[in-house]
Amino acid sequence: MAILTPAETRRRVDASLRRRYRTERLFRLYGLVSVLLGIGFLLVLFTTIVANGYGAFQHTYLRLEIRFDPAVIDPDGTRDPEVILGADYSQLVKEALRSLVPEADDRASRRELNALLSTGAPYELQQMVLANPGLVGQTRELWLPADDEVDLYVKGDVPADADGQRLSGRQLAWIGQLAEAGRLDRRFNAAFFTQGDSREPEMAGIWGATKGSFFMLLVTLVLSFPLGVAAAIYLEEFAPRSWLVDVIEVNINNLAAVPSIVFGLLGLAVFINFFGLPRSAPLVGGLVLTLMTLPVVIIASRAAIKSVPPSVREAALGVGASQMQIVFHHVLPLAMPGMLTGAIIGMARALGESAPLLMIGMVAFIVEVPGGPLSPATALPVQIYLWADSPERAFVERTSAAIMVLLAFLLVMNAAAVWLRNRFERRW
Amino acid sequence: MLLMDKEEGAVATPREPVAERRPVAEAPTKVADAAETDRIAADTVGDVTARDPVICVRGGNVHYGETHALRGISLDIGRNEVVALIGPSGCGKSTFIRCLNRMNDTIESARVTGDFRLDGQDIYARDTDVVMLRARVGMVFQKPNPFPKSIYENVAYGPRIHGLASNRAELDDIVYGSLERAGLVDEVKNRLDEPGTGLSGGQQQRLCIARTIAVNPEVILMDEPCSALDPIATARIEDLIDELSQKYAIAIVTHSMQQAARVSNRTAYFHLGRLVEVGPTDKIFTNPSHKLTEDYVTGRFG
Repeated sequence: MAILTPAETRRRVDASLRRRYRTERLFRLYGLVSVLLGIGFLLVLFTTIVANGYGAFQHTYLRLEIRFDPAVIDPDGTRDPEVILGADYSQLVKEALRSLVPEADDRASRRELNALLSTGAPYELQQMVLANPGLVGQTRELWLPADDEVDLYVKGDVPADADGQRLSGRQLAWIGQLAEAGRLDRRFNAAFFTQGDSREPEMAGIWGATKGSFFMLLVTLVLSFPLGVAAAIYLEEFAPRSWLVDVIEVNINNLAAVPSIVFGLLGLAVFINFFGLPRSAPLVGGLVLTLMTLPVVIIASRAAIKSVPPSVREAALGVGASQMQIVFHHVLPLAMPGMLTGAIIGMARALGESAPLLMIGMVAFIVEVPGGPLSPATALPVQIYLWADSPERAFVERTSAAIMVLLAFLLVMNAAAVWLRNRFERRW
Repeated sequence: MLLMDKEEGAVATPREPVAERRPVAEAPTKVADAAETDRIAADTVGDVTARDPVICVRGGNVHYGETHALRGISLDIGRNEVVALIGPSGCGKSTFIRCLNRMNDTIESARVTGDFRLDGQDIYARDTDVVMLRARVGMVFQKPNPFPKSIYENVAYGPRIHGLASNRAELDDIVYGSLERAGLVDEVKNRLDEPGTGLSGGQQQRLCIARTIAVNPEVILMDEPCSALDPIATARIEDLIDELSQKYAIAIVTHSMQQAARVSNRTAYFHLGRLVEVGPTDKIFTNPSHKLTEDYVTGRFG
């Protein structure tokens, strides 16, 4: 072997160095480009969603002077809830509108006038009186939601001369008139955050779906985290090496890859048809999502357990800790952050899942806000799907707003998990 | 003078001029395969018994799957005695001491046969409780491995799981006493609630020793306890071993022959799974009987 002169060695190293630096620069550039590309797409996604959806947080309201006429609500003065419930509140609304726009005096124009207000407005009055029967006989200034077409016009989404403008020239004139009188304004859309679903966009809210998702994820978390961690501990620490354990391992990995709709079918067959659990219930949704999340939690937990340094295990063994004590005193605390990460990933996936929920009836139109895991409910992704499918134009912005709520839900959930993880990690 | 803890195989004894150690590869006495070791070291040279034995091993064998890692080892460890186990890498020293508290149980492919006794009781008998055994035979590992807990918790862990203290005051006593005997108490007494992993390497190792003696074992096994430490920390641990030998039987695996010479009463030389020679430490280092031992301690082989 010829020995290189120092000069020649330097020359060769120098040449190879330049080559290495070039590849390194190139590699860094690729990384930067891909990161920027990712951020770019994310920004596009977020701006579209926010641009489309922020409008839904406001709605156009009409300020009306409502006289809670006893003759209409409770003619006999019984204050019987049945009577109050059955009264015709639309009369009160119509009267208030007529007093504002006296020039609408024939049937056709009155109908057009009444159409300015949401059909949900009488329902709001009914709820108010039910909650406070003392209102009967009084007169109140109230902001009541306008019809969704009015809202779209006021927000400028559908201009007066647009092809699809469904409001008549007369209605548009009244809107201008009311706005000038300070009787028409855009205000915070509280209904969106407090109501369940509705066919009327101005009455439709995300709260029902949010609660549905919450109950569902609660069930999923309560079931899948302890079960997943326990399964991982058993498989890693206690299970004897045998073909049976190998089969279980392979199948857990396979389960993680099964399409979610299959879990939905399984849930339908087992939980609803066999066990007779109610349809559309967050409990069943949670059970199905548990099946789906479990493999993810188990795999992540096993990885976390495996990554606990063997020296800690040996140390505990050396002072005479039993297998159980090693696991619960040393391995589990050290593996907990990793396990929580797995749980976050699994739960985030579960939150965004809609396919299996279609199979168990959570796609139903449910107006009522669910009171618990057993009452019928829908979930956020399913609600988004339902609204995206609705013909009313006002649901476009509500769909985007629902996506924003879903993302916020996800953010809150992940923030909670990260906070929990940091708390565990602080114990060295 | 502090002697450096050298890397394995690079140990020089003053008697050997460097030039003579050069052609190691061609050394005629180099024994590389197990069959040859079997032939020339089938029987252990020297007296394997101890005066007052606490550990008694006869014909110990360990297989790791197909590999025969320990071949018919017989060795006693006496009370208040330090036995150093030396030999080239992979010769079975660590395997041997890990048999004494059944740490090899955790290795799935390991199979142990032969007679291992602690105070006359069969270590591998069916009715022997492993947890009890490990409480009686403590272990200090090569790399300092304090628990990721506070200094106090590190020492208190053993007594706590074994229920050695009935109240907090007793536990405090055990913790302070153990730290004191490990020569660590002055350095850490004001920060007992700080993480044990925040100490320096030498302090961590002494913490591990404190943790081991807190359980009050009868035997302490040390698997190269100083190999990750600097010479000053090593010297402190060696002093500590000296003190501890007043109370415990100690088996220490080491790659440093100076260390073996300094701390041990008896030395056992292992070679490819065989125990080649056992004897009083000064005899092994100054006048070994077996050729393999002589080659190793003089640095001709390793």
